[in-house]
Amino acid sequence: MKICVLVKQVPGSEAQFSVSPDGSWIQETGLPFEMNESDNYALEEALQIREQMGDSEVVIVSLGPDRCQKVIREALAKGADRAIHIKEDSPYETDPYSIATALANTIKDEKFELVLSGLQSDDLGFGQTGVILGEILGMTTATLVVETEIQDGKIKVKRELESGWFQWQTMDLPASLAIQSGLNQPRYPSLKGIMGAKKKEIKESSFAEMCDIDGLQAFNGLSVQRAEKQTEMIEGTVDQVVNKLVDVFKNEIRIN
Amino acid sequence: MDILVVLEDKNGNIHRMSQEAITGAQQIGSEFNLSVGILAMGSNAAALSEQAAQYDVEEVLTLENEHLNHYTADGYGAAVAQVVTNENPKYVFFGYTYQVRDYVPRVSAKLKRPFLNDAVSYSTEGGNPVFSKQVLNAKLVTALQPNDGGPILISFQSAAFSSENIQSGSANVRTISVDIDAAVIKTVTEDPFQEEAGGVDLSSAELIVSIGRGIGKEENIPLAQELAKVIGAELASSRPVVDSGWLAPHHQIGSSGQTVAPKLYLALGISGAIQHVVGMKGSKNIVVVNKDPDAPLFELADYGVVGDVLEIIPKLTEALK
Ligand SMILES: Cc1cc2nc3c(=O)[nH]c(=O)nc-3n(C[C@H](O)[C@H](O)[C@H](O)COP(=O)(O)OP(=O)(O)OC[C@H]3O[C@@H](n4cnc5c(N)ncnc54)[C@H](O)[C@@H]3O)c2cc1C
Ligand SMILES: Nc1ncnc2c1ncn2[C@@H]1O[C@H](COP(=O)(O)O)[C@@H](O)[C@H]1O
Repeated sequence: MKICVLVKQVPGSEAQFSVSPDGSWIQETGLPFEMNESDNYALEEALQIREQMGDSEVVIVSLGPDRCQKVIREALAKGADRAIHIKEDSPYETDPYSIATALANTIKDEKFELVLSGLQSDDLGFGQTGVILGEILGMTTATLVVETEIQDGKIKVKRELESGWFQWQTMDLPASLAIQSGLNQPRYPSLKGIMGAKKKEIKESSFAEMCDIDGLQAFNGLSVQRAEKQTEMIEGTVDQVVNKLVDVFKNEIRIN
Repeated sequence: MDILVVLEDKNGNIHRMSQEAITGAQQIGSEFNLSVGILAMGSNAAALSEQAAQYDVEEVLTLENEHLNHYTADGYGAAVAQVVTNENPKYVFFGYTYQVRDYVPRVSAKLKRPFLNDAVSYSTEGGNPVFSKQVLNAKLVTALQPNDGGPILISFQSAAFSSENIQSGSANVRTISVDIDAAVIKTVTEDPFQEEAGGVDLSSAELIVSIGRGIGKEENIPLAQELAKVIGAELASSRPVVDSGWLAPHHQIGSSGQTVAPKLYLALGISGAIQHVVGMKGSKNIVVVNKDPDAPLFELADYGVVGDVLEIIPKLTEALK
């Protein structure tokens, strides 16, 4: 089975952001970048499907600036077979339809039976790219996927619904699935994997070449969130903080 | 109509998030002089229309079709794209539910029109509403500028509008139809089910100690367990703690976990993503400990501590003994 995994590089959850002087994006220098969390789960699912099915190929596709090479190498080190890097020099692209169009043009001749993406990117959070890609390429689509089973030419997926409900659905292939976190335990790259990754193919193309349309929406400046509630900040040494917390628990909140 | 609100069916009732979207449509409609319509579809379309017709909107559209009796992204995507094409509203509003995540991007791709997901607020620019969305781990907000040339699809984050402000009235009901080719439906869905809960019901807990990824590793979980035990609290967590297998799923708080409203919610190393917040924002006292002063959860906190949970938890446990 030919499987494509979409992997995006995003700032880590502990990154501290400052808006760039022209207000259009963040200052990227010094930020920790990593693989988008749900993409890591999508990659693991693809590797497990390959292990079950045998005779399969897992191809990574990532769109973004040169720094993305780091997550591409990481995915190859974990066991993906090869990769395609669609270079986009401006640090971010803000329209999921344009991103999906570039991805679709890049992979349309590969005839993937399965495209796995993350449920949403932790930086832009559109939650759309994998679904739009599927629609453009005429695939069935499902999001919030928490389990997969390949069954004679079809795929059966368990989808998460709200507040602890689930649903099974069986779909025709090719399918584009947006993977929810937690459905497997992603592996770490082995030393052998890291060495082997250096020899694997990374094909390059450019966003300008692959996206033949105008974007549907654009960012119009960034600003910092404003607080909603008056928070009493407790400051001091660890001991002072602990004493004050005990006081708050006992005398303000009255936890008994 | 100018704004079309697409309803989601919750067992024959209008989903709470759709009610919030209707409230938003009414507010934006009266502010910018836009008329509002509501679309009810699927096997419960009649019941939903009846409920929707009691709101102050121009009209309610009812859509029944054999291919819409069970939800599929194939069927709902095709149907909503057709209705939007036929009615040609300026805006199409949705609540940002899991179902909307699943099929509305397909509507966007079919229509080649932008889907601005998870809007939190709007402002006015040149006489038009401009919608904002959180980005970068909810630490920053951006206004999104959709291009011109047709309907704009927008979904709203939970609590962007309060459904308590929904206006009653009476609306005309119009039956509409769409043409869906059976071959479009390439998906078969089974009935929804609930997983064996197998744990405590946290919704009645008075005190909750809740841990997030900031707890660092599985070996640190006992620190939090002990703190919870000392004050007689239940232990809960954010999703990554459960995803990593450090705690069983019934500990998870949030949109795919439990909803709680304890007297004390002590959040340790939790950043405050909306999917977590919807499960705990009703807590009476929220105390947040996080080493990042910009963590969004501080905005909800009554008391906040910028610090390392691994230093604070053991000392706090000791002091409370
Ligand atoms: C459809 C969908 C459904 C979801 N459902 C849920 C849900 O039900 N529940 C849920 O929780 N999430 C859910 N999520 C995930 C959610 O979006 C967030 O990813 C998640 O809540 C983040 O968990 P966290 O705060 O523990 O981790 P992170 O966001 O990684 O935050 C960790 C925090 O710990 C702090 N920290 C790190 N080390 C320390 C230390 N030593 N001391 C103090 N602080 C420290 C960091 O500064 C950071 O703020 C869902 C996501 C989606 C897309
Ligand atoms: N620039 C990109 N490169 C590779 N994959 C991407 C990119 N943007 C989005 N994706 C994939 O699409 C998923 C959803 O992203 P989004 O629609 O931005 O929330 C991500 O988790 C990735 O799997």
